[in-house]
Amino acid sequence: MDFKSLTQARLDALKEIVNIGVGNAVTALSQLIDDKIMMTVPVIDVLPFGELSEASGGGDAYVAGVYLRIAGAISGDILFIMPVQEAKKLASLMLKQQSDDPALSEMECSAVKETGSILTGSFLNALSELTSLSFSYSVPYFCTDIFEAILGSILYNLGAVGDCALFIKTELYHKTEKLVGNFFFLPQANSLDLMFESIGVKN
Amino acid sequence: MINVNLMITVGIAELRVARFPTNLFVIGLGSCIGVCLYDRVTQTGGIAHVMLPALINARGNVNRAKFGDTAVEALLEELLKAGAVGSGIVAKIAGGAHMFHLADDRNSMKLGERNAASVKLALKKCNIPLVAEDTGGQHGRTIILDTATGCVLIKTINYGEKII
Repeated sequence: MDFKSLTQARLDALKEIVNIGVGNAVTALSQLIDDKIMMTVPVIDVLPFGELSEASGGGDAYVAGVYLRIAGAISGDILFIMPVQEAKKLASLMLKQQSDDPALSEMECSAVKETGSILTGSFLNALSELTSLSFSYSVPYFCTDIFEAILGSILYNLGAVGDCALFIKTELYHKTEKLVGNFFFLPQANSLDLMFESIGVKN
Repeated sequence: MINVNLMITVGIAELRVARFPTNLFVIGLGSCIGVCLYDRVTQTGGIAHVMLPALINARGNVNRAKFGDTAVEALLEELLKAGAVGSGIVAKIAGGAHMFHLADDRNSMKLGERNAASVKLALKKCNIPLVAEDTGGQHGRTIILDTATGCVLIKTINYGEKII
């Protein structure tokens, strides 16, 4: 099956998984930096490739991307994207130090990579628990570049089977500071069916 | 100077044709390839935003713009429909980078390279000369096809700008 043919019941179930997953991730992040982090209810959507960049704030944006491959009962890809400016803020939260350099230092890259890994990892753990399906994921891969260039390079896996991806937009708040991060969850088509069967949403 | 007001954006797995004074624009090519075809006589150009090397690997998909082996032919057809003269059409390509270092996956590692190879083969089959290219590396590229001259402006984040 394809994302396009998702029923409302399945889409709702997916939203619930995403909610729990991102909730777990934010808890993990709060514990890590030992300070309160809030989140808005994630917006999830099924979008054709052509609309993904617009939805996430412009294809020419300079972003940091953390990418993990998923293999096992569920297989696919997951990508966490953040504008470099936001990634700077996130890094300064993690490292508890500010820097004036507009580029990300090696240490900051590492901090963002770890955070992306924690966020995606928590989401995947929730998914695994809720579906009772076991799968593993790769180490995180990191790069900074033009948004479209990163996304386009990930989409190939799904590109062979469909034209849509699941898009999850999260907004995190630390005190008054807003951090926007976007997830792109790209399960293989057969994984999606298996996922819904496991949680009992047949159609 | 490229006219940025009249610009058509070519999204992932799309193909578009334009005639002077309208230019074509692709934001962020990673491992994807931007295939630019241009006919100087009619000042008509086209770009296909190729994502994957071959249609053979896909199931039940008919979007020809997405695949290197089918996109060139499809783009050429559109260009001729738009009035371009077949004998004068030349090609320039950009993209095909290797964005993430995936130690565990040999296929994706070479996706950019494979895309470039498949596009070059398709150009040869269609007898279109490849006059310039900027491919490979580990960085994304934003490209603009100037339909006045057939020049392709390539912009990157940390690797400057160039015209091919």
